[in-house]
Amino acid sequence: MTEDLTRQSAAVLAAAIAAKEVSAQEVATAHLERIAAVDGVVHAFLHISSDSAMAQAKRVDEKIAAGTEVGPLAGVPLALKDVLAMHGEPTTAGSRILQGWKPPYDSTVVARLRAADIVILGKTNMDEFAMGSSTEHSAYGPTHNPWDLTRIPGGSGGGSAAALAAFEAPLAIGTDTGGSIRQPAAVTGTVGVKPTYGAVSRYGQIALASSLDQPGPCARSVLDTALLHAAIAGHDPMDSTSLNAAVPDVVAAARRADIRGMRIGVVKELSGDGYQAGVSQRYHEALSILEDLGATIIEVSCPHFEYALGAYYLILPSEASSNLARFDGMRYGLRTGDDGANSVEQVMSLTREQGFGPEVKRRIMLGTYALSSGYYEAYYGQAQKVRTLITSDFNAAFANVDVLVSPTAPTTAFKLGEKLDDPLAMYLNDVATIPVNLAGICAMSLPVGLAPEDQLPVGLQIMAPAMADERLYLAGGALEAALVDRWGHLLIEEVPSL
Amino acid sequence: MTSISRDEVAHLAHLARLDLGAEELDHYASQLDVILQAVARISEVTADDIPAMSHPVPMTNVFREDVVTASLNRADVLSMAPAVEDDRFKVPRILDEE
Amino acid sequence: MSQTTYVPFEQALKVYEPVFGLETHVELGTKSKMWCGCSTDFGADANTQVCPVCLGLPGSMPVVNRVAVESTIRIGLALNCSIATWCRFARKNYFYPDMPKDYQISQYDEPLCFDGYLDVTVETPEGPQVVRVEIERVHMEEDTGKLTHAGGATGRIHGADYSLVDYNRAGIPLIEIVTKPVSGTGALAPAVARAYVSELRDVMRALGVSDVRMEEGSLRCDVNLSLNRPGEQWGTRSETKNVNSLRSVERAVRSEIERQASVLDLGDRVIQETRHFHEDTGRSTSGRSKEQAEDYRYFPEPDLVPVAPSDAWVEQLRSTMPEMPSVKRARLQAEWNINEFELASLVNAGALDLVEASIAAGVDSVAARKWWTGELLRVANDTGVELADLQVSPGQIREIEELIALGALNDKLARQVFEGIIHGEGDVASVIAARGLAVVSDDTALLAAIDQALSAQPDVADKIRSGKVQAAGAIVGAVMKSTKGQADAAKVRILLLERLGVSE
Repeated sequence: MTEDLTRQSAAVLAAAIAAKEVSAQEVATAHLERIAAVDGVVHAFLHISSDSAMAQAKRVDEKIAAGTEVGPLAGVPLALKDVLAMHGEPTTAGSRILQGWKPPYDSTVVARLRAADIVILGKTNMDEFAMGSSTEHSAYGPTHNPWDLTRIPGGSGGGSAAALAAFEAPLAIGTDTGGSIRQPAAVTGTVGVKPTYGAVSRYGQIALASSLDQPGPCARSVLDTALLHAAIAGHDPMDSTSLNAAVPDVVAAARRADIRGMRIGVVKELSGDGYQAGVSQRYHEALSILEDLGATIIEVSCPHFEYALGAYYLILPSEASSNLARFDGMRYGLRTGDDGANSVEQVMSLTREQGFGPEVKRRIMLGTYALSSGYYEAYYGQAQKVRTLITSDFNAAFANVDVLVSPTAPTTAFKLGEKLDDPLAMYLNDVATIPVNLAGICAMSLPVGLAPEDQLPVGLQIMAPAMADERLYLAGGALEAALVDRWGHLLIEEVPSL
Repeated sequence: MTSISRDEVAHLAHLARLDLGAEELDHYASQLDVILQAVARISEVTADDIPAMSHPVPMTNVFREDVVTASLNRADVLSMAPAVEDDRFKVPRILDEE
Repeated sequence: MSQTTYVPFEQALKVYEPVFGLETHVELGTKSKMWCGCSTDFGADANTQVCPVCLGLPGSMPVVNRVAVESTIRIGLALNCSIATWCRFARKNYFYPDMPKDYQISQYDEPLCFDGYLDVTVETPEGPQVVRVEIERVHMEEDTGKLTHAGGATGRIHGADYSLVDYNRAGIPLIEIVTKPVSGTGALAPAVARAYVSELRDVMRALGVSDVRMEEGSLRCDVNLSLNRPGEQWGTRSETKNVNSLRSVERAVRSEIERQASVLDLGDRVIQETRHFHEDTGRSTSGRSKEQAEDYRYFPEPDLVPVAPSDAWVEQLRSTMPEMPSVKRARLQAEWNINEFELASLVNAGALDLVEASIAAGVDSVAARKWWTGELLRVANDTGVELADLQVSPGQIREIEELIALGALNDKLARQVFEGIIHGEGDVASVIAARGLAVVSDDTALLAAIDQALSAQPDVADKIRSGKVQAAGAIVGAVMKSTKGQADAAKVRILLLERLGVSE
């Protein structure tokens, strides 16, 4: 294999490694060199695990040399969002409060990646504790969008998406609480899937909002995403909310990529005003292509979606305020103000004041308020009722259609700093992705072109019922194939060189 | 849904163990107000017979068997701690009994 | 803190009626913790029974211990509760350094068991009286780590320079049993409170769900109490925490009645507050007032799915229920043909099960009761341990009784055998051998001892010869003394009378 190893898909790399055309160590080295060359301007990574990556690549090569059975992604490098615990490697969730912390255990996702012989290159940047849509809320500085370094790569998983778009890794892991996999995928021209709640174990994912969080696969193509999905999904007894059911065959679906006869619903409430012109244009073009491929487009209404953002911004901060309580400076991480005179309460308060950034504090305050006595019913209780209504809307829609579609994000990547001081404007980025998390269903974002006005990627969101994740790959695979036919390559090939 | 006072923000900060400065208190008081007004629309859908959804998956009775598994190595546990004495986590003086 | 002059108990009860409630925490005796596989063994080295879950490390998640749920349901059934068909865990949010997640996973408005009762018996001058204590709820939660306070003078929390935390206890399954308010017990309130906790302890032991060792903190009580004048509304209640022995339960209720009466007598109002009980003084000190009370911000625990016990599961658990202590007491009283007071003394001594086991091992019922409520109880009291913790087995009592029947031991020697066993000197045979405790049955040796005693007390010998048989006791006593108790006194008497040619 003589071409640039970093430009290859995961599927191609895995095949080449298995066929001993290239070694896993060569592949890892090529990617580590690429990171060294470009990450200074992209800043996708918070930590590069060169030693453990090379050690893992060596093990894979030895296995292959010995003729031992290896996984379908053996030797392929991966960028891991820094919210997932990895034994002995720094894990900060983008926060100063966890600076220097090295978990004494592996998250289940990491354990499965290791078992699948995947090579973890390092930990990627993110909004602190996954709170944000731009990766600007990282305590370690923002990540830059490889399509335009003055723009945001989306968030919270901007580091993972940027690593894919910058060809620093062919695979990445994200986590999605309200769009943190899909929105970064949309604005970086990559593919990301938020699996059905419970499909991928949350054990070892530093929790933001436990009832919404879900780790998922990210890649540059639908097939690569499916291969990674298959590697990490499945029941985990360590996660009580893990689905105890067979994982849908997403890889076969991505390969079949056939949507003849599929009923595709267009959500009226997610297709109207508020979208950038170029986003709407590419979205409607994609609908035509889907129709050309043999699908039927049906308009459906989900009347309660207009309340989704409100419910989300009560449920998320409430759960987050509790999940983030443990960062108190007593057992691990930062401790501030322990001068022998300050009480434990003061040291906790000083530590949290110093250790958390403004967005985290804002949401902790909001969640503390929403849960406090006298307000619970009006806020948290009411938000959970809205959640029921949104789920009912989805159920009604899926009674008539196989999947739903919408634009993933209202705009293409905005400028760094543009919305930093306007939390509400920032929250509006998630309007189309949030209902999926509230209902616990699954969704994919994949690129459908560049907006004519700014030449930046536009993402299409496909949504499917819980435990029907394979439908995302059927539809996504078909659309991607049609677009590649039209363009002659994946959209990501058009990213400017760094 | 009423507006939120500075005193209330200070009380929340105490509950959340955040040592907010005076400026931050004012800042968050106005921001929480804006956000709460924006989310307040959810009260429009009030209907008492709608069940509250706390879990997105309809599972019940997920248990583990009562079997002892390996604990962590103590040296690894204590190496994470900001302060240690006598194989225990050392914490600042406690003023309130729980 | 001012020294309050308390109104004497009897005087307080002339004016006020107490209403009390008890919140009892019991550590379950599961092998592993509530949410993870760490061991629950007591006394391990600090921070050796911890993992990412019970340390609350970022990313870790809880999974419910099935046996803990089953134990809780069985406790609910024993307390005549309804079992929820669907209930959730909830997070109780508050910051404290002994709590790794800074929230406790508990249950809030959906307890697993609710609406039950427990009948308890208290002694009154008119005889035993049964009082029904109604149970509000039984719910599941987790224990916290253990704090020790260092620096400063007292080793107490106040004045300490810093504290140290051992998280071995964090995450041990805890159940909380909450009574409804108990009213109308008047001066019996302290005894009812004690009897309730004692009965609860016996129920836990009978179920085998906890070893309920109060000294190891596996059963802890909070006492809620208010006073009101007859016919008036219930008063403001205080909550006394840290009440950790049966005796303290009784004392805490009594002390709080006296304290509140003194407050009310002065025309003051009782403050709704948390108080801390001190074992050493038998009094409580003021803690947090209602105004300072935490806002726990309960919400359903999203990391755990609901518990929904099916009828079949509950019925299967019901089929595992043992005989309840009250039923057992009634049965044994009838079987052993003893009165209420004898029964009460056995129960109070904690000897009921031990006597039953001894009888099952073949010991005569009277002898079994004699040993357990006599010599063995004395030793237990002297050394400050529970009867059950003396290392004496029913089988050993049978062996000793058999040796007594054979004349190889007498009561005095038997006591020494028990002493040897308790001191860990081995089994019955080895204690007898090592201490040389066999009864002297060699007639020659005994006759020699008798002759020696007779010659030492010739006047007594004459009296016996003249027919005053009752004087024989002095000679028998002297023989027993010279043989260091290792003779059978009855046999010595027979030999003595033969020797002097006197008949009874």
